Amino acid sequence: MKRATGGFAREVARRFREDALAMCGLCLVLGLFGVAALADLLANDRPLVAKYGGEIWFPAFSNAPEIRDVDFAAGPLRPGDWVLWPPVPYGPTTYDLARRLEPPTRDHLLGTDDRGRDVLSRLIHGSRVSLSVGFVAVGVAAVAGVAAGAAAGYWAGTVDMVISRAIEIMICFPTFFLILTVLAFLPPSIFWIMLVIGLTGWPGIARLVRGEFLKLKEVDYVVAARATGARSSSVMLKHMLPNAMAPVLVSATFGVAGAILTESALSFLGFGVPPPTPSWGDTLSQSRNYIEFAWWLTLFPGAAIFLTVTAYSLVGEGLRDAIDPRSAPRKWSVVFDPSSLPRPVVRGTDEALASRRSGAPGARP
Amino acid sequence: MADVGRYVIKRCLLTIPTLFGITLVTFVVLQLAPGGPAEIRLQAALSGQREARVTEEIIEQTRRLYGLDRPIHERYLRWVARIVRLDFGESYKDHRPVIEKVWEALKVTLVLNVIAIVASYVLSIPWGVYSSRIAGSLVDQVVTVALFILYSLPSFWVATMMILFLGGGEFLDVFPTYGFRSYGSEAWPLARQLWDLSSHIFLPVVCLTYGSLALLSRYARVAMLEVVGQDYIRTARAKGLGEGSVIFKHAFRNALIPLITLFANVFPALIGGSVIVETIFSIPGMGKLGFDSVLARDYPVIMAVATISAVLTLVGILVSDLLYMVVDPRVSFEGQSR
Repeated sequence: MKRATGGFAREVARRFREDALAMCGLCLVLGLFGVAALADLLANDRPLVAKYGGEIWFPAFSNAPEIRDVDFAAGPLRPGDWVLWPPVPYGPTTYDLARRLEPPTRDHLLGTDDRGRDVLSRLIHGSRVSLSVGFVAVGVAAVAGVAAGAAAGYWAGTVDMVISRAIEIMICFPTFFLILTVLAFLPPSIFWIMLVIGLTGWPGIARLVRGEFLKLKEVDYVVAARATGARSSSVMLKHMLPNAMAPVLVSATFGVAGAILTESALSFLGFGVPPPTPSWGDTLSQSRNYIEFAWWLTLFPGAAIFLTVTAYSLVGEGLRDAIDPRSAPRKWSVVFDPSSLPRPVVRGTDEALASRRSGAPGARP
Repeated sequence: MADVGRYVIKRCLLTIPTLFGITLVTFVVLQLAPGGPAEIRLQAALSGQREARVTEEIIEQTRRLYGLDRPIHERYLRWVARIVRLDFGESYKDHRPVIEKVWEALKVTLVLNVIAIVASYVLSIPWGVYSSRIAGSLVDQVVTVALFILYSLPSFWVATMMILFLGGGEFLDVFPTYGFRSYGSEAWPLARQLWDLSSHIFLPVVCLTYGSLALLSRYARVAMLEVVGQDYIRTARAKGLGEGSVIFKHAFRNALIPLITLFANVFPALIGGSVIVETIFSIPGMGKLGFDSVLARDYPVIMAVATISAVLTLVGILVSDLLYMVVDPRVSFEGQSR
């Protein structure tokens, strides 16, 4: 009885596969991972493979002195030489001031920005920022949230009171404003962005885990484990945590979407990753200076953000429905997962309301 | 109904510790941050002068002027002591009373948000009721997908796209995209002023509305469908009640309950969303005020904006709890403490 999660996981995976929309979302997410991982192969101002001076080189990945200063794009090659360019033959920071703010053309499929950099190349490389911010921020939030929630649910009493108050305070906080304030005062860096977004994301997860732990504490196998004298840490980590992880996983998936959205909003306002690192929000914010005509600077990065966020929320929804098939189809929780936001805390009448609320789509079963 | 009064008072008292926590966190964050207002101010003041150097001494003087040389707990307690008397101090930036700046901004933000909330409820509830009657039809499915897409659109993208395509430039020129009203419009006749105001706030309101509209429509639909499947609806139909009576008297009221709980979520989300929307459209509301004061390290204004947003959030939660009682008579707030 220790871990029956193998069967549960398989069951969830089966239900998830039956959900066409969720699978679409998953494919998109995997595709984005591919793009981020292969960004250097997809968009680079150096050829992938080149035959130069009778030898085969990999200029995109090598800094060998013989080819370091060779401009492969410059002129006709010597006989016998050849080059293989990536699909987008521009680096994310390759600029060409003579060709700034060009609308999409055959050369620059998505146009160029105000320094003549290729928008497509910047979007491809910008996916790395979005994905890493999404995952690291949610990782931070999940670790902090699970730790706080588990402690509150397991030890109850004073610990619970302190943590619950902290959760309540964080939830009533104007979060985006807090993130903005903190980042405005810190040196610009992607690590601060990840950390700050993560540290404002823990209360939702903490609340979920606390609820699960409160329930699990009364379950027979946990009581039995404690009765046999198992240490608290072992009961929590081995027996309770694996059974409390399913809702955390769902919440984390929505969290990734939210973190990506927050990061791009921050970049849009000028508090994102420092230049010249390409990010979607940064390209979008450039468009504000050329808002009269530069539609390609607005349309494409925004579409990239939109598609990514939608993909994650589709996966999140699919997971939620797969984990709890009885749950009413309460869909879309991208920007704010209602379950992570304050339910009105009606003190003293919680029980009276519980029956109503459990039927409401806004309530977690 | 005396219970309601007592309940409200009790709830208000309970929010006090939360407010303390929020202000304390903001205060500590501000104070621990590098690059205080003294340095920023001096840099700004001296940037025009040649051979200007910010010496330790000048910084120290400025810090003393603003009371920044005191230990942090003392400053926090002083701040709290003033806040209790509703004295938010003076802005570091232009030395106007903070309360005046915030009140001006708050009026603008409330206008935008009240319109946005009313619009999203007024549009989403009828759709929820209607779609529950045509559930599963093609129209229902198409609109459901459309609402899903609408909900996932980032507001700053929508805002920029609307400015691009509707705000002049090379494309259509339908709406002004800057500010809350035209310059010098105070002297215009009232009708023209109103027209000017509504054309200015149309796009921002759309940006603030579409997300919650999509969310609420979805919930309204689900809630109606759920209620319509209940036994008491079948009973009401079985005893021969007309369809209108069944839907509006029996089903609708119950379906409203989850929508009202959402008010507690929609309201703070709107206030948060105002930062981006107001900054993009240069609307002098709370969001823009907060953003500008963060840039200028205007501590008193940042503190005031954070505090007042938190108060509004807590008020939103309280209002939704009270509305709850209005639509659901079974909920009573008698002092059954646990």
